[in-house]
Amino acid sequence: MAATATHETLTTGSDATFDKKSWMGGVEPMNASYGKLMMWFFLISDTFTFSALLVTYGLIRYSYPAWDPAVYGEVFQFSNLYWPTPEKVYNSVPFLHGVDLPLIFVGIMTFILIFSSVTMVLAVEAGHRMDRRDVEKYMLWTILGGFAFLGSQAWEWSHFIHGTETGTVISELVNGQTIQRTIFGANLVENQYGPPAFADLFFFITGFHGTHVFSGVVLNILIFYRTATGLYDRRGHYEMVEKVGLYWHFVDLVWVFVFTFFYLV
Amino acid sequence: MAVHTHDNTDAHTHEIPAANTGAIWRTFWILAAITAVEFTLAYVMKAGGLRTSFFIIMTLVKAFYIVGEFMHLRHEVKSLIWAIVVPIIFIIWLLVALLTEGGSIFMLR
Repeated sequence: MAATATHETLTTGSDATFDKKSWMGGVEPMNASYGKLMMWFFLISDTFTFSALLVTYGLIRYSYPAWDPAVYGEVFQFSNLYWPTPEKVYNSVPFLHGVDLPLIFVGIMTFILIFSSVTMVLAVEAGHRMDRRDVEKYMLWTILGGFAFLGSQAWEWSHFIHGTETGTVISELVNGQTIQRTIFGANLVENQYGPPAFADLFFFITGFHGTHVFSGVVLNILIFYRTATGLYDRRGHYEMVEKVGLYWHFVDLVWVFVFTFFYLV
Repeated sequence: MAVHTHDNTDAHTHEIPAANTGAIWRTFWILAAITAVEFTLAYVMKAGGLRTSFFIIMTLVKAFYIVGEFMHLRHEVKSLIWAIVVPIIFIIWLLVALLTEGGSIFMLR
């Protein structure tokens, strides 16, 4: 649409008739533009969705016993009788097969996301200065960080789904007889690491977060494209970078909570 | 190609002021340091209530810096800050209610 708009309408648009501080005649409530305020309210609703998922994790986790060396033996083993200890589940790093490195990979993912959040604020800051070249540069870094995170998550999921080499032996009741079976990895109905609900919550929570990261990357690419084609320069402000930035930081914020409650606690 | 167009627009527009990124990097170092401490605790402390409460406090501090500085909420007007912060009460309620529920399911199992 920007390409078809003539230069003339744009210059009259930035005249006194168009006041940035008004919502089509009204005064800006809360001193924020319409788009920014609505982004904040959307994020609040998204906060509720993520909180509901994480609180559900808490509910189900509290309803299972934790691993207790005095009851289940000194050496931790995967079992569907108790909730697994996270650092025993997430202990592998790509290319380092068989090495026990608890939480290292997820730590790398955390830093990737924090860093891409930093490049995003730097892009917003560059937007305030109307510095198109800097906005382009930092948006590219942010997009790269988003892809790096998504790639890491794909790796994490793939490992979680395929499981460890030895698998876990479970006993189950089939036609009145207890049979023993070895299961590898996890899906929505069975899980070698612990109760099936543990895998379900893993897929739902990290999957929902990953979907948010993915849509954030798509928005970031759109913003980069529009910056690079000069739309925001012609418009006279880079507020879109700020609004998408809010969304991107929110995704980082959610990860901070997922990291704590899923991986650390 | 991109550089070329950039130079063109620059020629007839404005002077770009210097970047002011001190606060951004300070926030980054705070977040990185807290995450590093969390890692250290995950390795050196035994799992338990004390470690969990440290983790939760540090998570909330990180959330404060992300929302306050990166999302700029700390520098918005008061009414906007409260409009965003107050609804969190509902989450606290949900958390308390459902954790209690989970505990009672555990007792019944």
